[in-house]
Amino acid sequence: MLAMDYRGPRRVRIEHKPMPVIQHPRDAVVRVTRSCICGSDLHLYHGMVPDTRVGMTFGHEFCGVVEEVGPDVQNLKRGDRVLVPFNIACGQCHFCKQGLFGNCHESNAQATAVGGIFGYSHTAGGYDGGQAEYVRVPYADFGPTLIPDWMDPDDAVLLTDVVPTGYQAAEMGGIQKGDTVVVFGAGPVGLMAARCAWLFGAGRVIVIDHVEYRLEFARTYCPAEVYDFREIGDPVVFLKKITEIGADVCIDAVGADASGNAWHTLFGKKLKFEAGNATPLAWAINSVKKGGVVSIVGVYGPTGNMIPIGNVVNKGVTIRANQASVKRLLPRLIDHVQAGRIDPKGLITHRVPLEDVAEAYHLFSSKLDGCIKPVLIPNAE
Amino acid sequence: MTQSDKANAAASEAPSVAYPSIDPATVVGWGVDADPKNDPTWPIRDRSGDDGARADWTPPSAQVAGVEILQSVEYGRRPAVVGESTPPAGLSGMVRRAAFRFSEGQWGHWLLLMGADRLNTVEGLLQDFRRGRMPNPLFEMGFVKHERRHEAALATAAVVGVAVAGLVLLNRRRHHLSL
Ligand SMILES: NC(=O)c1ccc[n+]([C@@H]2O[C@H](COP(=O)([O-])OP(=O)(O)OC[C@H]3O[C@@H](n4cnc5c(N)ncnc54)[C@H](O)[C@@H]3O)[C@@H](O)[C@H]2O)c1
Ligand SMILES: [Zn+2]
Ligand SMILES: [Zn+2]
Repeated sequence: MLAMDYRGPRRVRIEHKPMPVIQHPRDAVVRVTRSCICGSDLHLYHGMVPDTRVGMTFGHEFCGVVEEVGPDVQNLKRGDRVLVPFNIACGQCHFCKQGLFGNCHESNAQATAVGGIFGYSHTAGGYDGGQAEYVRVPYADFGPTLIPDWMDPDDAVLLTDVVPTGYQAAEMGGIQKGDTVVVFGAGPVGLMAARCAWLFGAGRVIVIDHVEYRLEFARTYCPAEVYDFREIGDPVVFLKKITEIGADVCIDAVGADASGNAWHTLFGKKLKFEAGNATPLAWAINSVKKGGVVSIVGVYGPTGNMIPIGNVVNKGVTIRANQASVKRLLPRLIDHVQAGRIDPKGLITHRVPLEDVAEAYHLFSSKLDGCIKPVLIPNAE
Repeated sequence: MTQSDKANAAASEAPSVAYPSIDPATVVGWGVDADPKNDPTWPIRDRSGDDGARADWTPPSAQVAGVEILQSVEYGRRPAVVGESTPPAGLSGMVRRAAFRFSEGQWGHWLLLMGADRLNTVEGLLQDFRRGRMPNPLFEMGFVKHERRHEAALATAAVVGVAVAGLVLLNRRRHHLSL
């Protein structure tokens, strides 16, 4: 089968690989029909996530058709159309029982902090991912969800990560009616977070980025008030001025690949003394009001970052963060899609044959050609 | 003895889940201000299904791994399901094994893994050469489409060829001059 193959920072290619097989009674093998590239994949692509091994297949946002199931999988059968949450979760450990499906304790041998994630380095379990024609899906009796007949597969594939992540970002903000919400990052996740902030009753939604076409998109898609951080001087001062006392809620939807501070770019991204560049997180902490909430979904490495933790204490800031718990949120989100309250597929700008995976990574990473969300389409159909 | 070994030894002497050292019922004022609504984790975490069991859930049956799995020292036992992609191999594999002697909280763990990743990239190039396969950076970095990958490979080979020939010539000339 054809699959994406990681060769080293900024180098990926398409490769023939052996078909995945059932390795555990609760496994399934899924034939992939849609597979996205995520901002999280860019952290891998840029060589920022420890234990990213050459030869691995990335991809944690995919949907497809069940090809084969293990003996313990009773709820799925060959031919079922499924969307597969990016978290690999057993559904029965202490953490799964509390709905923390991103923090399963039975799916990642290499690290205890996070549960297994498809195609996301060995720090997230060492599973080959879905940027391929076929993929092994562990705990297939728990994670995969049948795609309703009425649902467009382009909506389905975005329900595996982007939509739940954006939604949870807003949910963790504890947004109350009328609140002012600032979202850092106008990537797919930030755009969805800004969209969902309204569902929770936000009174004003502000999006900050420095990629013009994305800000332009946010203006109508979310909709939001948008600002290019290169044009507003010190973003913290600017935000305090336009909100008078600071935002009620700030959301970091950027993560370790951030720009906006030369020092952290050198120290964190180039020299790797920090787990990437946490500039938007520092901005969020400093521009939220006293007693406000900072919600983090941007992904950072496992070591450490320089952030103004003293201000968190002095301002009484509440920080909430996690990998999205996709399975927990799906029923509500499927409702929202059906009711037309959110339009996931509206984010897709590029449809690329799987063979052109290298070009898709390049476009998405370098923010070229108006790229917001690229989806890879294998020819296996 | 590593820091994790020491921690394990010390933990075996400390009070445990089954044998706590203080009985809350003996503490004056225990629970008088407990407030179930004061749960900043809700609804991300839903404790309603919590049965108080901390680690004694019935685990799924364990996958029999066909490859070497490196395991965080912070686990009591291996999680039931593991990924079998790209097992540790070669020099980078040795570094990865060394990294897994450190716990996740220690920088050494992650720095060694990052070092292994960089080594692994070089190993990947060598592996390509060994299989008679020229790396095709223009294609792999996404500058050309799939159907034009062969042209990109030729162009790379030509550029590399010219560069090497140039270096050889330059070297010869320098030899001549110094003679
Ligand atoms: N927690 C989760 O479950 C989860 C799930 C998916 C993605 N993520 C993470 O969310 C983040 C965003 O993902 P994405 O797919 O939208 O990625 P993306 O790369 O498309 O978007 C990031 C955006 O942030 C912008 N940006 C860079 N520096 C900035 C700054 N200082 N201030 C404001 N904006 C800045 C970039 O220009 C870009 O538009 C990533 O870190 C990703 O790993 C988390
Ligand atoms: Zn993702
Ligand atoms: Zn679990």
